[in-house]
Amino acid sequence: MTQMTKDAVVVTVQVEAPQPRAFDVFTSRIGSWWPMEHHIGSEPAVDVIIEPRVGGRWFERAVDGRECEWGCVLEWEAPDRIVLAWQLNPEFDYDPDPAMGTEVEVRFVAEGPTTTRVELEHRGFEVHGEAGAAMRKAVSAPDGWGGIVQRYLAAAA
Amino acid sequence: MSVLGDPTRRAIFERLADGPQAVGDIARELPVSRPAVSQHLRVLKDAGLVRDRQVGTRRLYRLDPAGVGAIRAYFEQLWTHALDAFKDAAEQPDEEKR
Repeated sequence: MTQMTKDAVVVTVQVEAPQPRAFDVFTSRIGSWWPMEHHIGSEPAVDVIIEPRVGGRWFERAVDGRECEWGCVLEWEAPDRIVLAWQLNPEFDYDPDPAMGTEVEVRFVAEGPTTTRVELEHRGFEVHGEAGAAMRKAVSAPDGWGGIVQRYLAAAA
Repeated sequence: MSVLGDPTRRAIFERLADGPQAVGDIARELPVSRPAVSQHLRVLKDAGLVRDRQVGTRRLYRLDPAGVGAIRAYFEQLWTHALDAFKDAAEQPDEEKR
């Protein structure tokens, strides 16, 4: 666990909402706030769904109704914590092997009756770093991660 | 904290997205001194975002597309952006379903 956390991305946000609400908005209403420009299907996504149980699916639904898997629920401890498997490789393809995925843990800490600290930790990127030549090639392709980072930065600018 | 959170560092990173450049090239196009550019490049290199290579008398810097750093940087930006949107949604009064 500590080893996995080494290169983690940690983002924390303080929310003026009670803990159960913060948990609920994050999980059951992720489709209302997820930046939909981040989708993996060829068609634009209109909804993102996290099924509320261990083993539940985490997926996007496209305009045409098609569903694309992102991963699954590894731990579900409402309203304190969830751990999700992000089973997308650097080409943004779904990998059914959880060992090739990364992990997203979200902790909801009540700071007061109407204040919640939300800590998100995305970890396990080492699996991509150790990948072989094929993945490296994919990553350096214009549509790979290098290109995605560029497009993302351009869009965010 | 965040490697690309610094605006100058981000400007350098974006510039390198267009192709390899030397410290002098970057310093000429940005309102930053050469030593400052070198310092930023060191941070980007340590984070695995940038690689350097000696070409003749010039040291060229370029993005490291295979670097885990690029992947991490991408997710750092993605989650920061996403959690801002989440915060807005969570703080909106429960309404009024149009």
